[in-house]
Amino acid sequence: MTTKTLAELNVALDAEGFLVNPDDWTPEIAEALAREEGIDLTDRHWEVINFVRKYYEEHGEPPTLRAITKRSGVPTKELYQLFPKGPAKKVARIAGLGKPKGCI
Amino acid sequence: MKRLVILGAGTAGTMLANRLASMPEMDDWRITVVDATREHYYQPGFLLLPFGVYSKDDVVRPKRYYLPAGAELIFAEVDHIRPDQKSVVLMDGRNVAYDVLVIATGSHIHPEETPGLMEHEWHKSIHTFYDFEGAVALAKALRQFKEGRLVLNVAEMPIKCPVAPLEFVFLADWYFTHRGLRDRIEIVYATPLPGAFTKPKATEMLGNMLAERGIQVVPEFNVMEVDPDARILRSYDEQEIEYDVLVSIPVHMGAEAIARSEMGDELNFVPTDRHTLLAKHYDDIFVLGDATDLPASKAGSVAHFEVDAFMENFRRYLDGLELLPLFDGHSNCFIETGYGKGVLIDFNYDVEPLPGMFPLPGIGPMPLLTESRVNHWGKLLFHWMYWNVLLKGRELPIPAQMSMAGKRL
Repeated sequence: MTTKTLAELNVALDAEGFLVNPDDWTPEIAEALAREEGIDLTDRHWEVINFVRKYYEEHGEPPTLRAITKRSGVPTKELYQLFPKGPAKKVARIAGLGKPKGCI
Repeated sequence: MKRLVILGAGTAGTMLANRLASMPEMDDWRITVVDATREHYYQPGFLLLPFGVYSKDDVVRPKRYYLPAGAELIFAEVDHIRPDQKSVVLMDGRNVAYDVLVIATGSHIHPEETPGLMEHEWHKSIHTFYDFEGAVALAKALRQFKEGRLVLNVAEMPIKCPVAPLEFVFLADWYFTHRGLRDRIEIVYATPLPGAFTKPKATEMLGNMLAERGIQVVPEFNVMEVDPDARILRSYDEQEIEYDVLVSIPVHMGAEAIARSEMGDELNFVPTDRHTLLAKHYDDIFVLGDATDLPASKAGSVAHFEVDAFMENFRRYLDGLELLPLFDGHSNCFIETGYGKGVLIDFNYDVEPLPGMFPLPGIGPMPLLTESRVNHWGKLLFHWMYWNVLLKGRELPIPAQMSMAGKRL
């Protein structure tokens, strides 16, 4: 696996830009990863990020888009506005988790 | 007498019933198969029906003919499973008790999940080939289509046979070229995936093939709704794609009985151990075929390799031994690419499709991840093997676990 680091915080990322070690995650890292994606995190973003992290703790894997919509109450359309182009993958990355499954 | 109950007489359930029925250790077990419908569909044939390759008799046969004589067969809809009472409650109120339950209830399309899809233009300008009626209606629409934009859209992953959308656009290219209409028909493939397929090497190879054939790929397109009057597909991030004929691969879900039993995820797929195929949180319920939530393709070959792994483990289960992690996510798919050719891919949870030879390393006769005539004949031969070898539970000379022999990294 090729790795790079998030320059400002010195955290290892895998080839696709996901944290190598989810335990490294901090809110500052989320802010930095979001900036890379061109996203300024608002409270509504944090609601989704916190939901996704909680889901990960319970299930051992990040949720699919449908799981986020169905269980967090944030509608799909809004998720695309908050995290444009592939919200499930983007939130998982910003939340410091691996790439969600569903891509087989 | 102990009871093993199989829910679903599709590809996985039928193969399993036949394998169990010929297993000597099962002599003091009663095997029961429950299914709501009487017809068994050869689902890979749905891809070829729209192009006039198969007829109805090739793809539809009675389920009963393919199930073992010794098994009890109940044609009824399952209401829900009661794991605490080790029983299955049927819609007609009957109870079926089990000692071991196998859930093989498959996955089904839900076009109603996408607004606009299954309304007044359904089976007119909006089609699917993921069920028999849809494939037949699409055959008629393709015969009449002379000019315009054909769009194939995958609504959401996972779907059955993730290579089928690619095969469809390859075959459409071949079909319209053959009829001298290709220069008047645009073919567009809109997918939520970031590219042609899910694994890097195969995506690159298949992406090149699509480009060579002038098939336009729209990646990361997540459909929100269809406007059936304006003939427009609209995504959640407000991209629009116009079409004249839309071929949709709708949202897939597991059986509603799974939802009623509160045993499924958001799409009614049953959380399943990746390697032993036991339902998570249960020690007497296994899940096989499309009904699982495994990160493996929903495909007949996967169901076959799962049944192989299950059979080996079930002997251990009967002896009270610990189950082994026997299933590795092995999948093996023929991809029809038109013009009498095909591509074969072989992969598992950890190893993506690679070039090489299959099944005999270095000899083949089937080349992997390469277009060839042999692979096309392999796919057609598979139709015969499905009805006569696979469903009946006879052994195939392909090991359940994927082999790296013959593959090039």
